[in-house]
Amino acid sequence: MNIQLESWEHMALEQIPQFLAGSGVPWVSQARQSAFERYMAHGLPTRREEEWKYTDVAQIGKRSSFAPDSIPADPSSEAALFAWTLAQQHPHLMVFVNGYYSDGFSAIGELPDGARLQSLSELLDSSAELSPELFDAAHEHTVFGALNTALATDGAVLHLAPGTELKDPVYLLFIASGHGAAIYPRNLIIAGAGARATVIEHYFGMLDAHHFTDAITQIELAADADLQHCKLLQEGNASIHVAGIHAVQAARSRFGSQSFALGSRLARNDITSRLTGPDGHCSLDGLYLLDGKQHVDHHTRIDHLAPSCTSREYYRGILDGESHGVFNGKVIVHPAAAKTDAHQSNRNLLLSRQAEVDTKPQLEIFADDVKCTHGATVGQLDDDSLFYLRSRGVDAESARSLLLYGFANDIIGRVGEPGMRTRIQHLVLDRLPQGEQIKELL
Amino acid sequence: MLSIKNLHAGIHGKEILRGIDLGVRSGEVHAIMGPNGSGKSTLAQLLAGRDGYEVTAGSVRYLDQDLLAMPAEARARAGLFLAFQYPVEIPGVSNALFLKAALNSIRKQQGLDELDAMDLLQLMRDKMKLLGMDELLLPRAVNEGFSGGEKKRNEVLQMAVLEPKLAILDETDSGLDIDALKIVADGVNGMRHPQRAIVLVTHYQRLLEFIVPDVVHVLSQGRIVRSGAAELARELEQHGYGWVEEQKAA
Ligand SMILES: Nc1ncnc2c1ncn2[C@@H]1O[C@H](COP(=O)(O)OP(=O)(O)OP(=O)(O)O)[C@@H](O)[C@H]1O
Ligand SMILES: [Mg+2]
Repeated sequence: MNIQLESWEHMALEQIPQFLAGSGVPWVSQARQSAFERYMAHGLPTRREEEWKYTDVAQIGKRSSFAPDSIPADPSSEAALFAWTLAQQHPHLMVFVNGYYSDGFSAIGELPDGARLQSLSELLDSSAELSPELFDAAHEHTVFGALNTALATDGAVLHLAPGTELKDPVYLLFIASGHGAAIYPRNLIIAGAGARATVIEHYFGMLDAHHFTDAITQIELAADADLQHCKLLQEGNASIHVAGIHAVQAARSRFGSQSFALGSRLARNDITSRLTGPDGHCSLDGLYLLDGKQHVDHHTRIDHLAPSCTSREYYRGILDGESHGVFNGKVIVHPAAAKTDAHQSNRNLLLSRQAEVDTKPQLEIFADDVKCTHGATVGQLDDDSLFYLRSRGVDAESARSLLLYGFANDIIGRVGEPGMRTRIQHLVLDRLPQGEQIKELL
Repeated sequence: MLSIKNLHAGIHGKEILRGIDLGVRSGEVHAIMGPNGSGKSTLAQLLAGRDGYEVTAGSVRYLDQDLLAMPAEARARAGLFLAFQYPVEIPGVSNALFLKAALNSIRKQQGLDELDAMDLLQLMRDKMKLLGMDELLLPRAVNEGFSGGEKKRNEVLQMAVLEPKLAILDETDSGLDIDALKIVADGVNGMRHPQRAIVLVTHYQRLLEFIVPDVVHVLSQGRIVRSGAAELARELEQHGYGWVEEQKAA
């Protein structure tokens, strides 16, 4: 371990907690310290660990410091303009810059009775109502969760009382600003019985900024609650992004997760759900669109712990250049989970010889009377489809783009929020040859 | 308009078309009949520009151009259209987007302005109504989950929207119910025009009662073994393809 690393680690234990949220609250400081010790004891994961076999995070270790900014940064003018545009479209917007809540750019708006949306720092500083177990929760197969607990600066907390319904989505914009920042967002969504909401997490960064994001979102769904979560990763092509989205679902609840990975140099998303009550439903969807030297890894895990739950998982990837995609999808049907109905699929298109994908759907069944299917494919664009389009006058390049768009759109179409759907469709088309022309036809 | 001379072609070293001669003039409707595997679809797909066929002899001229030298999209833009025997599904691309992309690329080639979204939508709706198609098929992905008959009608819709100069319909009547057959036939008849030629590939005399062809050809083992007027189709219906072979032998 080099000297610099030790010095920031020293800082992390001594000084950093003093400028982080909840510094005046003993249990928060205690939780941060023990989390940091967990991180130190383990260190960064290596490829010798099964869960990190295909994703090398050694380059993260080359950073001289993992410490978050001590004072909030300003967003670039482009990011500021984007935040402003979003505020015109979305009535509940929270903006974070390098992990710090920005009151000025946010517009939380009018919320119905029973809904509370606030920043985590506000909650931690007041030490009100947040249970220590939630903040200190240790998440499976990633030491980055511990690092996040130790260093989390801020995040969004959405609390819905039973029966509360949000008509408009909560839009969380995480802007990465400047070079080299280490960013630790921590979000919490707690939906009471029968509550319904949609939450969007949008990670936005400049093209060539080298920042490191380690984000955690925890989601708790009480009985009959319905939460749709859409994450859009649009950070710059030099950034590193590691994130966990972890849901716990009670009976009859519905959880939908969509993960769109379009930008970043190296990204790892761990998305998990625990179906703890009967008749719950969980739907995990994802799309990764990669080129250059991008590396994106999705690890998902669904635990069926109660009977008669259903889960659906659709992940797709389009890989060009020398990019590398990883999909590892675990579905575990525990002994108590009779009558489980689970389906999982991962499909990939490789557009170049150097692009590579490792796909590993994993089904572990310990219960009887279950219906589980899974499958994975890696292939190229279909010649028959290309010919069909060309036979209608569409040039070969546009035909390819249309087919790729269609392949992606099957996943994008699963996003419920129309504004978000269009935004992602446009981002995908921006990456495809002749995409501009196709956009005009939508 | 179309002139095929002594065309020999095959795939993976297997010869499928073994000396086709066929001339089609503007305003004409031709029917091509023939047993399964005789090469009808191969001929149609080859004309539309599908890659992968080896042309070993012969030539195809279309509107005074060397058709075989043109890529598929150029043929479409020059007014050639093929209604597929097995229409292809394009997941994630709506029927509306597909039609717009096709029509605009063809119009651009012809030096026409791209149609704006409203005009396009109106055009598509009008044509769908003529073909008795449900408008709900517009936002759906191309052919995905369409019934067999819906797929065939969708091919005819594309033809109606793109207004080709030479339309080849490969078994568009197969799989249509009697009412749908009548509607599709009306649609095709409505497109008969002195400047347009239509080639119907079919197994059934019934279609040819609705769309009366000027010439009927019998394709067998990669060759046109007989051509005649509309009555030929009726005789074939009665006697079968063996009869043509017997007559030839006699
Ligand atoms: N890609 C291919 N590879 C190998 N053989 C092929 C290929 N395409 C066509 N053939 C063969 O060429 C012959 C002619 O096929 P084609 O589809 O043209 O027949 P068709 O006259 O359209 O028949 P049908 O009436 O059944 O539609 C068949 O024997 C078929 O198996
Ligand atoms: Mg055929």
